[in-house]
Amino acid sequence: MAEFLWKTIGHHFNFWVYIVLLMLGLWATIAKNNLVKKLMGLSIFQSAIILLYVSIGTKEGATIPILDHHGHIPSESHHADVGPEIAAHGVANPLPHVLMLTAIVVGVATLGVALSLVQAIYRDFGTVEEDELLREIKSLHPDG
Amino acid sequence: MNAKVSATIAVIITGAVLLYGVADFPDFGDPTSPANAGVEGGAPSASLHFINESYKETKVPNLVTSVLADYRGYDTMFETVVIFAAGLAIFVILRNLRSDDPLPEPLPATEDRFIDGDHQRIIVGTTCRIAIPLVQIFALYVVAHGHHSPGGGFQGGVMLGASFILVALGGNLRDALARLGEDTFMRLASLGILIYAAFGLVPQFLGRNFLDYGVLEKIFLTDGPEMARSHSMLGVEVGVALTVMSIMFAIFANLSSRGEMRGGL
Amino acid sequence: MADQFPAILVLAPLFGALLLGLVGDRDHRLCLPVVAASLGTSLYAAVGLLRRVLAEGPVNYFLGGWEEPLGIGIVLRADSMNTPVLVLVAAVALLVACFSRRPAGARDSEKSPQYYTLFLLLCTALFGITITADAFNLFVLVEVSALSSYGLVAIGSSRRCKIAALNYLIMGTVGASFYLLGTGYLYLSVGSLSMPDIQTILASNEAAASSRAVRTAFVLMLVGIWIKMAFFPLYGWLPNAYSYCPSATSSLLAPLMTKVSVYVMVRVMTGVFGLDWIFGHLGWNHLVVWFAVVAILAGSILALAQRELKKMLCYLIVAEVGYMVGGAWLGDAGSWGLTGALYHILADGLMTLTLFLAAGIFAKRLGAIEIGDLSGLFRKMPLVSVGFVVAGLAMIGVPPTCGFFSKFYLIRGGIESGQWGYVVALLVSSLVNAVLFFRIFEIAHFGKNPPEGHAHHGESEGEGHEAAIARVAVPAHALAPLLLAAAGIVLLGVFNGPVVDFLRESLPAASAAAPAP
Repeated sequence: MAEFLWKTIGHHFNFWVYIVLLMLGLWATIAKNNLVKKLMGLSIFQSAIILLYVSIGTKEGATIPILDHHGHIPSESHHADVGPEIAAHGVANPLPHVLMLTAIVVGVATLGVALSLVQAIYRDFGTVEEDELLREIKSLHPDG
Repeated sequence: MNAKVSATIAVIITGAVLLYGVADFPDFGDPTSPANAGVEGGAPSASLHFINESYKETKVPNLVTSVLADYRGYDTMFETVVIFAAGLAIFVILRNLRSDDPLPEPLPATEDRFIDGDHQRIIVGTTCRIAIPLVQIFALYVVAHGHHSPGGGFQGGVMLGASFILVALGGNLRDALARLGEDTFMRLASLGILIYAAFGLVPQFLGRNFLDYGVLEKIFLTDGPEMARSHSMLGVEVGVALTVMSIMFAIFANLSSRGEMRGGL
Repeated sequence: MADQFPAILVLAPLFGALLLGLVGDRDHRLCLPVVAASLGTSLYAAVGLLRRVLAEGPVNYFLGGWEEPLGIGIVLRADSMNTPVLVLVAAVALLVACFSRRPAGARDSEKSPQYYTLFLLLCTALFGITITADAFNLFVLVEVSALSSYGLVAIGSSRRCKIAALNYLIMGTVGASFYLLGTGYLYLSVGSLSMPDIQTILASNEAAASSRAVRTAFVLMLVGIWIKMAFFPLYGWLPNAYSYCPSATSSLLAPLMTKVSVYVMVRVMTGVFGLDWIFGHLGWNHLVVWFAVVAILAGSILALAQRELKKMLCYLIVAEVGYMVGGAWLGDAGSWGLTGALYHILADGLMTLTLFLAAGIFAKRLGAIEIGDLSGLFRKMPLVSVGFVVAGLAMIGVPPTCGFFSKFYLIRGGIESGQWGYVVALLVSSLVNAVLFFRIFEIAHFGKNPPEGHAHHGESEGEGHEAAIARVAVPAHALAPLLLAAAGIVLLGVFNGPVVDFLRESLPAASAAAPAP
């Protein structure tokens, strides 16, 4: 049993964690009544995707993708004294990190706009609870 | 209740689809996975090219910086545009330009005194006054040293923005706006992207493609296109930092004062 | 100069936006000339690109000069599939910019520099989405377009537009995140982000092509794009977002956002995964076509139930998205369904533009929000009515408008692939459109006693019923774009043959089939 679990989950542990986080975030985004909580869910959802990407770029025993000042792969990595093909395995994949820098920035920007919308809604309606907002709108426009 | 049931169903379906895919994933940390090394029997992946060649091509030891600002510089420019668009969207949504009394506020109301005008501010204010220059110097270091260590325009820009936010938190928003006014930071945000785009545009006038920094060696008088790429990356990082700093502060200023740009907190 | 067209296309509106960001609030009169100049430059570049593709075939533009090996840099690619869409985006944006003097609600009109900056950023992003050949760059640009459109929607003066914008934001972010997730799965399986590179790998590497991760990637990307284009069960954000925002915003978003998303879907299908992979490895294309059938029927029925003109048009968009998704997934041997979908992107863009411009004019000049408010329209503003009628006839599918020909190709695809449910849905939808628009035409021609909704009347109120029949002046800057768009509908219909031939050059399965009629 333990061996089976290790085979299915152990090698993919990060991916399982990211799925759990993503499901939590998505659930909160859809089901929560409070708009701010919805946005928290959205942030968790986006962060889960960041975890996925960063997990893609990891290599076992590798160090951060910064070379030394002569352009060599840092010597403390495990594979430094072998050929260039293998030596590259001593440095983590930089591409997912670059992509996620973008995704983080996008997430922050979206969250900022969303919070400002929530604040504007609060200014106009006096509430950030979705059901109260719906009731308010219904009372304004009875025909929908 | 209904929303919760449907949400649960949607989430479970999504999770099941995601798990279905995970079964075929390469192992976590596998250096020979397609993303890290390329598909079996195919060409090596782009990331191997970055690790093995990018120092020769750009003379930047930090691979994340060279990929971010050069190989995928077009992405990064639009990443900065995303920030700029967010700043504008927040301005459009929240900013109230029709304030009835545009002059500086009279003395803060009684509740505000504890934060705003009284002796209790001394400790916080003094600490912030000491911390802010240090934060800013470190931010500039992070921007400038992004070639050799973790850092770059986004990180440094956020720190610079945070230093202005600290002014507002330690004192009040009016002090912060006196140092970095609304006109200034909205213009700085455009200026930052303009700097970035200019580094892309100049090569076009020299007969190369957009963002092909290598050709700038004629302007920077460097020995070889690699150093020109390295210098240009610093330039675009400065542009990024300007935009990020301005918009981070803009988001804070708008959200904390509900678009009034006075009082606040 | 001509080599740089792909970059100029995207950069002209970006620089326009930055210029407005720097100096726009000094003088508001500067806004419109800057917008017109930068979009004009883009249109020029798009037409130039179209002619170049016509003469030489697909054009690749390597950003940063990173050409070899494939996949390390970002590539822009113009071919016969996306250049018509680029021209459409440029033309529509230019027309809307002319239309949009004083865009925002009165309360916010001093924000017009910011409005136009966001407007230009949205155009930049739409050009970028259409021309890029990089899966991740697509995501970044989708977010640029999304964030600027949230701002454009939320600037409206109605209180409800903020709620609509927040809904739009949440759905849009979830959609884009799903797309990003799919890109991650794909990157993990094939190790590349460049669309042509991914396609080569999937075509040559059986292990990658048959892996579950790639299938999941496809499903996730597809669902993400479907949310963005408001495909039927995922359409919830669209009607409110498009009907509570300012007219200029809705005339820009409605024709372009969903249509560009449809283009993205077609691009992902043909340019990333490849039709052979989709119809060979998946085998659930019938299911998607049935979804599309449901979307068409549901959109049409919901449109019938609406009393507000803009809301009705929004539900028609939902039905039209069903047309295009269904057409793209028919999978007939001659690719007629896909051809019809691509042609319909252009046709629907122009039709939606005309209808929303007309709705904007009605709302502003007549205070007409509801369909019942349009009584005597034909006599009040005859020229606007001409444009509106042309667009309405095109929606119904009357020749020689483009609406007829797109339905013709879609139905041909439906018949050749044996998807009779789709064919029936298209015909039913045409019938519903006929009912909808002839109901409006009837009210507009014969008039109708003013209903209780008279309170909506703005300027004409208080002048009495007699005065309401008199002609209402429509300024040239609002009328000209409408008539040009209506002319475009007819021209696109008359010249459907060459357009379709050009579109089909890029479709792999179509090259061997018979030429267009």
